[in-house]
Amino acid sequence: MAREGRAGPRRRPVEPFLWLLFSGGGMAAAVLVPVLVLLFGVVFPLAGGPPYDHLRAVAAHPLTRVALLGLAVLAFFHWAHRFRFAVEHGLGLGRLDRLIAPLCYGAALAGSAAAAHVLFLTL
Amino acid sequence: MSAEPAMRAAETAGESIVLRVSRYLPGRDAEPVPRDYEVPLREEWSVLDGLNHVKDVLDGSLAYRWSCRMGICGSCGMTVNGEPRLTCGTFLSEFAPGPVVVEPLRGFAVIRDLVVDIEPFLGKLASVTPWLVRNGAEPPPDAEFAQTPEQLGAYKQFSMCINCMLCYSACPVYALDEDFLGPAAIALAQRYNLDSRDMGAAARFDVLAAAGGVWDCTYVGECSAACPKGVDPAGAIQQYKLTAAMETVRRFLLPKGAR
Ligand code: SF4
Ligand code: FES
Repeated sequence: MAREGRAGPRRRPVEPFLWLLFSGGGMAAAVLVPVLVLLFGVVFPLAGGPPYDHLRAVAAHPLTRVALLGLAVLAFFHWAHRFRFAVEHGLGLGRLDRLIAPLCYGAALAGSAAAAHVLFLTL
Repeated sequence: MSAEPAMRAAETAGESIVLRVSRYLPGRDAEPVPRDYEVPLREEWSVLDGLNHVKDVLDGSLAYRWSCRMGICGSCGMTVNGEPRLTCGTFLSEFAPGPVVVEPLRGFAVIRDLVVDIEPFLGKLASVTPWLVRNGAEPPPDAEFAQTPEQLGAYKQFSMCINCMLCYSACPVYALDEDFLGPAAIALAQRYNLDSRDMGAAARFDVLAAAGGVWDCTYVGECSAACPKGVDPAGAIQQYKLTAAMETVRRFLLPKGAR
């Protein structure tokens, strides 16, 4: 199964999982972000939305927190994957994958932790 | 023989266009050099017709590949004004008043003039087990294996590939990494994976999901834009990424014995 001579620097058994996070993130962002932007960026400012206390209660609901965390984590990993290949292919730095990939996905992990902190500890 | 040059002189006295052809002879040239040839600009002439005119009339030493002149054999792919094209399906008039810059397909080693080395590509095609695998369940030679229109439709598009390599030439990932299996080979694997008569998907997984396989693709989509046959190799790769990811998750979750 191991193919000698083809074991390039990008050979990683985690690649499929990273791609699933990437495509899940793209999907989640494409579906949810326009709705959120429309609501909070256009509809509520123009037409007046629910009162602050109500919105806060909705946001603090455990299900909302989990859903928002899911969106944030997937979106971060979507960015990380895209950015990794933008750097590696766009700038021709594929040889540095061992450095670039951990930095990108590490940043996504850090962002995810920050999102969790905001959603579960400060909200 | 003597009447012909006079006739051709009359032709070129009409409208003409310059073909700027990349010439390269290893051993003689340090690097490819462009050479200009003036060929008749006729509405019905393709770039390949222009090259044939050069070879027949102006310079018999020009080397290039072609065969069918009808977009079927896949051998006439070249870089025309910077883009990978089938020269038999690309008309000179598209580039009037010229010049028409004709170079070998990018991404491949040049053997001579416009002829590139297709061996690496053929090796990739062969590596995906591009035939119906029956795993011992071969039907008798005279048996029919009926397929519904839906079953045919599942892979038909991917069977239209003519191996012209335009998609490789267009692919920025292949340009960076010649080990990348590439668009046509992955589309070809899907042509068999999606065939209801085939049983070879597991063997192909080991090639497609390995280093150089589908995970190197970043879905730029240039391959599908370049393909003259509507194969959509980018779609095939995306489709297979999902298949491969699911298969990987399955192998990851299931205990060894249950696979
Ligand atoms: S997929 Fe299209 S561009 Fe690529 S080799 Fe086949 S016919 Fe040519
Ligand atoms: S000569 Fe056959 S495809 Fe162009």
